[in-house]
Amino acid sequence: MPVQSRAERFTSTSVDDFEKVTGFEIEWKLTPITRITALIEGELDGSAPALTFSETPGVTAAWVDRTDARIGSAGAPEERASANAWSSFDKALAIDVTGEEPQEFVVTREATDSAPRAGHTVITAAPFSRGLVILRNSGDAQLTENVEIVVGDQAALTVVTVQEWNDESNHLASHFARVGRDARLRHVVVSLGGGVVRVNPSIHLVETGADASAFGLYFADSGQHLEQRVYIDHVAAQTKSRVKYKGALQGATARSVWVGDVLIGPHATGTDSYEENRNLVLSEGPRADSIPNLEIETGDIMGAGHASSTGRFDDEQLFYLQSRGIPEDEARRLVVRGFLAEIVAQIGSDDLETHLSAAIEAELSEAQGH
Amino acid sequence: MSNLEIRDLHVSVETELGTKQILKGVDLSIGEGETHAIMGPNGSGKSTLAYAIAGHPKYTVESGSVKLDGEEVLTMTVDERARAGLFLAMQYPVEIPGVSVSNFLRTAKTAIDGAAPPIRGWIKDLDSSMSQLRMDKSFRERNVNEGFSGGEKKRNEILQLELLKPKFAVLDETDSGLDVDALKIVSEGVNRAKANTGLGILLITHYNRILKYIQPDFVHVFVAGKVVEQGGPELAVRLENEGYDRFLSNAVVGS
Repeated sequence: MPVQSRAERFTSTSVDDFEKVTGFEIEWKLTPITRITALIEGELDGSAPALTFSETPGVTAAWVDRTDARIGSAGAPEERASANAWSSFDKALAIDVTGEEPQEFVVTREATDSAPRAGHTVITAAPFSRGLVILRNSGDAQLTENVEIVVGDQAALTVVTVQEWNDESNHLASHFARVGRDARLRHVVVSLGGGVVRVNPSIHLVETGADASAFGLYFADSGQHLEQRVYIDHVAAQTKSRVKYKGALQGATARSVWVGDVLIGPHATGTDSYEENRNLVLSEGPRADSIPNLEIETGDIMGAGHASSTGRFDDEQLFYLQSRGIPEDEARRLVVRGFLAEIVAQIGSDDLETHLSAAIEAELSEAQGH
Repeated sequence: MSNLEIRDLHVSVETELGTKQILKGVDLSIGEGETHAIMGPNGSGKSTLAYAIAGHPKYTVESGSVKLDGEEVLTMTVDERARAGLFLAMQYPVEIPGVSVSNFLRTAKTAIDGAAPPIRGWIKDLDSSMSQLRMDKSFRERNVNEGFSGGEKKRNEILQLELLKPKFAVLDETDSGLDVDALKIVSEGVNRAKANTGLGILLITHYNRILKYIQPDFVHVFVAGKVVEQGGPELAVRLENEGYDRFLSNAVVGS
């Protein structure tokens, strides 16, 4: 099969345009599809779920119809589970960030319903606006959803999605972002809980000077499959992207997948991109796939690079800490905490950072059987 | 009086070419407050001695003993050795991403003392040691050794030595890569620790240079995995003038 450019991949908002998934497709070959058949192939409940959101000046949120003009403005599905959600949702949550003073807006989904659901969210940052939108997910859910993100000219938006689902929950999410002229998007994916959790952000830098940072943090225990496929599409000139995902894996059947596609298109001169994935394997048995891909269609770029590593603890780090009297299990916790803290620090919300530090601590204690 | 007794220590390391004997029967006795310089050519096993005492997993002790106040150290884990009162100032301290110096030092101090240090006294001690080592306060928030210059790493080692207050410290080529100002600052730190706590020191070096600032009580010449000659400070001066050649004629030097 010829290598296909990411730009040529088929897209459609209609589930019927996609073949039944076999598991051999490039999009699905690393995913345990039998655990999520209901989300890919099944009927989905598209009604508005019970979400709570904070009252925040400069940010409005409302449920809107499928026909709303904002829907479809940032992208379209590239695979069947995403298209299934798009074909099935009745109401979309529209979040508009308009304030020029930075505000934090939190959407909390504490799901208790295990029927397969479709979701759709559109986050629009008006030109010159500033904001931090946090999507917090916990509880029991079978969810496939699309999240559209439109960042207006010179706006600066951070979107954080946090998955702390119960073990039996499965969650497939496609995020589509369009970043405008001299605008900045910071996108953060944090996946700690859930069975199969797959969050795929596609960020299109469509106007000159657009800037995206995509961060991710995951901690996979036995039985968990945590996947993220990041796509950075440099369309316009003078665009910049940084991708950094870090994961820890603990337990015989812990599994993670990171795929990082970066496309620098023919008009994207003067671009600067770098993507990086680091995995820390804490026990025997886990598997981490880490696949960076870089396509460059113009000769005139500032920089383009990638790095990927998957490894056990650094024995020298442990020796150093232990040689200062710190017991081995505490030294290990210190190293993992430090490894993941770099991503936590990117979020920009003190409350959430404190919460996640504690959640990571709990993962580590659980991992060591305390 | 504390003492550190090394007896007939044999240590090997696994290499691609098989097991390689590095230490071939080391005997050393270090008393409280004494400074012993170990001098020797490259490849003589000086650093192996340092790491074997600290318990680095890369090295296998074939036979012999290391006793701290009569307690066998070689059966202890690395962290137990540190809590028993041993300290190794490393030649190449590693970076620990995401762990701040202040968090690291407090965690280590708590582990060594068995209880968290009282906060006010701790901050005062930390500030005072850092200031004497000419370390800016901003170091506290930096990640351990990350982006530190060679001199900054060595100062950070001596900062730990001052704060953790071990009974015996092995300084592994602490002088390497230091300019004369940094060498003085680091040496003053070592001398302060000795004056304050009666620290016994095993100072491993290739050169006589640091011995101008840290006065040794004893000098041991280390060649091909063992001590071949012992003397007072005058031996270091002689080595400086004559080099190690007279010890090497019959010895096979490690690579």
